[in-house]
Amino acid sequence: MIYRSHVLVCGGTGCTASKSMDIIDELNKLIRENKIDNEVKVIHTGCFGLCEKGPIVVIYPEGATYSRVTVEDAREIVEEHLVKGRIVKRLLLGDKDAEDVSKALEDVGFFKHQVRIALRNCGVINPENIEEYIARDGYRALGKVLTEMTPEQVIDTIKKSGLRGRGGAGFPTGLKWEFAAKAKGDQKYVCCNADEGDPGAFMDRSILEGDPHTVLEAMAIAGYAIGANQGFIYVRAEYPIAVSRLETAIKQAREYGLLGKNIFGTDFSFDIELRLGAGAFVCGEETALMTSIEGKRGEPRPRPPFPANKGLWQKPTILNNVETYANIPVIILKGPEWFTGIGTEKSKGTKVFAMGGKINNTGLVEIPMGTTVREMIYDIGGGIPGGKKFKAVQTGGPSGGCIPASLMDTPIDYDNLLAIGSMMGSGGFIVMDEDTCMVDIAKFFLEFTVDESCGKCPPCRIGTKRMYEILDRITKGQGQDGDIEKLELLARNICSSALCGLGQTAPNPILSTLRYFRDEYEAHIYEKRCPAGVCKDLLRYVIDEDKCKGCSLCARKCPVNAISGEVKKTYRIDAEKCIKCGACLEACKFGAVKKMA
Amino acid sequence: MSCKCSSTCVDTKAQELERIIDKYKGVKGALIPVLHEAQELYGYLPIHVQKAIAEGLGVSLAEVYGVVTFYTQFSLYPKGKYQIQLCLGTACYVKGAGAIYEEFKKELGLKGDGVTEDGMFSLEACRCIGACGLAPVIMINGEVYGRLVPSDVPKLIQKYRDMG
Repeated sequence: MIYRSHVLVCGGTGCTASKSMDIIDELNKLIRENKIDNEVKVIHTGCFGLCEKGPIVVIYPEGATYSRVTVEDAREIVEEHLVKGRIVKRLLLGDKDAEDVSKALEDVGFFKHQVRIALRNCGVINPENIEEYIARDGYRALGKVLTEMTPEQVIDTIKKSGLRGRGGAGFPTGLKWEFAAKAKGDQKYVCCNADEGDPGAFMDRSILEGDPHTVLEAMAIAGYAIGANQGFIYVRAEYPIAVSRLETAIKQAREYGLLGKNIFGTDFSFDIELRLGAGAFVCGEETALMTSIEGKRGEPRPRPPFPANKGLWQKPTILNNVETYANIPVIILKGPEWFTGIGTEKSKGTKVFAMGGKINNTGLVEIPMGTTVREMIYDIGGGIPGGKKFKAVQTGGPSGGCIPASLMDTPIDYDNLLAIGSMMGSGGFIVMDEDTCMVDIAKFFLEFTVDESCGKCPPCRIGTKRMYEILDRITKGQGQDGDIEKLELLARNICSSALCGLGQTAPNPILSTLRYFRDEYEAHIYEKRCPAGVCKDLLRYVIDEDKCKGCSLCARKCPVNAISGEVKKTYRIDAEKCIKCGACLEACKFGAVKKMA
Repeated sequence: MSCKCSSTCVDTKAQELERIIDKYKGVKGALIPVLHEAQELYGYLPIHVQKAIAEGLGVSLAEVYGVVTFYTQFSLYPKGKYQIQLCLGTACYVKGAGAIYEEFKKELGLKGDGVTEDGMFSLEACRCIGACGLAPVIMINGEVYGRLVPSDVPKLIQKYRDMG
């Protein structure tokens, strides 16, 4: 059936949380009421990326993008836009008075600077309908590979493209495939790492939810290249929508003969099984992930032997991350030369980042490698909310580090980030402003690694705990002379002696904050002061006598009766009793309560 | 949560568990999928369930227990009727999730993660749930609440208390 209008509603996690499914129901109900249900089709898609402005609704053919849509707005959209053909300007994202609404977004920085390869289908197709993927050239790359290319040619193409692993370390994908292809073995496996554990990164989730078939297609291509007939996707159980869309996609691909026996009538057979994680960050490490698929405690194994030779069940195995796979079909179709035309000398293509924290446009962005941190924050991210000052951005999650304001013009690629003590990581991009304490952030990440350390090797199990204890002391005003040196020594030893990537990179958040914000550590240790005003034990709340009107609201809100005074006179906080909960600060209508660092 | 119905109910669950184990017999790496399904069935993984799985799959109880305690998703104890998962991912942390966590602990009378005495609520700090655009976020029985401030917490708890 041909429809005159298509209404695309974002079904990503953020928008679903803001009731986008209810909006779909309401739209459908009203469309039926207006008897245009054979003219208009409502589709729920994957993530559009601009989560901050969600839920997002896009209507074609006009290309009108509506933001922050509510269930109540559905009636106006249906009656005005769909029935009468009048754009609902009130909800329009971008230039509300643009003559051509499809161009309203042209000057919106968030979209202007992006190049969408891995996210090409997210927000465009219905992820639960294989035909929509096929209509966007889906499975054509698999067809081309199986009927026109040898496995060697496939590997050669990927090698030439310069594609590097998008999960963090940036190992050349083609090389990895070549190792596994050359390894001897009757049975080989292709695995997909969808155990996106970096807190603050959700690009893999968005690809799985918005374009699951691209991962299946790429895994089949990898299977053909290395000589494997079985694939496993290891996906977090915390991502229920992704799991269900993958299940649907695998079922549909089997029905269409795109997975299973004799794909495209060739003698190549390939099938994929899902395996659910169970909440262990270390399982994002490749050997731990394979141990977990085997049904055991997800503890890493020493390398070598590398998985390319002895991986899952001791068989040659390749493991790539979701975003890496999402690039494969496009590279096959458009050729490696096209791909190498994007990016920097040693980092080709694009990278998806999940921008979050103290930034106006939270969401998912895909940028060409080489984009600078400044462009990311001001042109795409729309700057820092509340006119605050930018302090640093944290990339690479618990394994990464921070990039301070002084290095904002660094072009983002694998090697540049490593050189300044951070790393690409899976793509978390957490922006911090002047109100963020860097010692507290380092402590936050160490608490994470202490919690997630699997316990197999002592440097990680004991070392991260000791580092955490020192940081905890420092933030509580009990830091001692020599603590910084002790941290540095521990960090170096853990980096060089831990068994797997988790332990080896766990000290990075400390090393990097020490490198750029050593003065903050020193202020905590020597002056017992938290310059950002975050560390509770180092704070003092005081009432400004000139501003206090004596309304008594703060005294009434104080849970420990630490505030005393008389109505219409000045109130005072007893520092001995104060538990620094901040209730008075929130309560005061005159800005008289102040937090002193 | 103790089961108050007759013993037939327990039997049905035991039969269902047997069916789950049978389905995965001979499948490589079956233990974790079986544990997932068993936990869905019982709500948690009491020792007798772990024993049944160990016997059914022909592995030692130590191995089953080792796997159960390794992964945070598996629970040895029943959870609350309303399960509050509070995101302490980086984006939420930077936007003040720590204060939300403190507020929940205070309101529920808990010292950290755990279950309230009446079994109504369980609180659990979790890692990124991938809704960073709505930070700070929590999930209560799968329902997401975002852009929270500490003063929202008592209202939310009351809402679920009222639901009984």
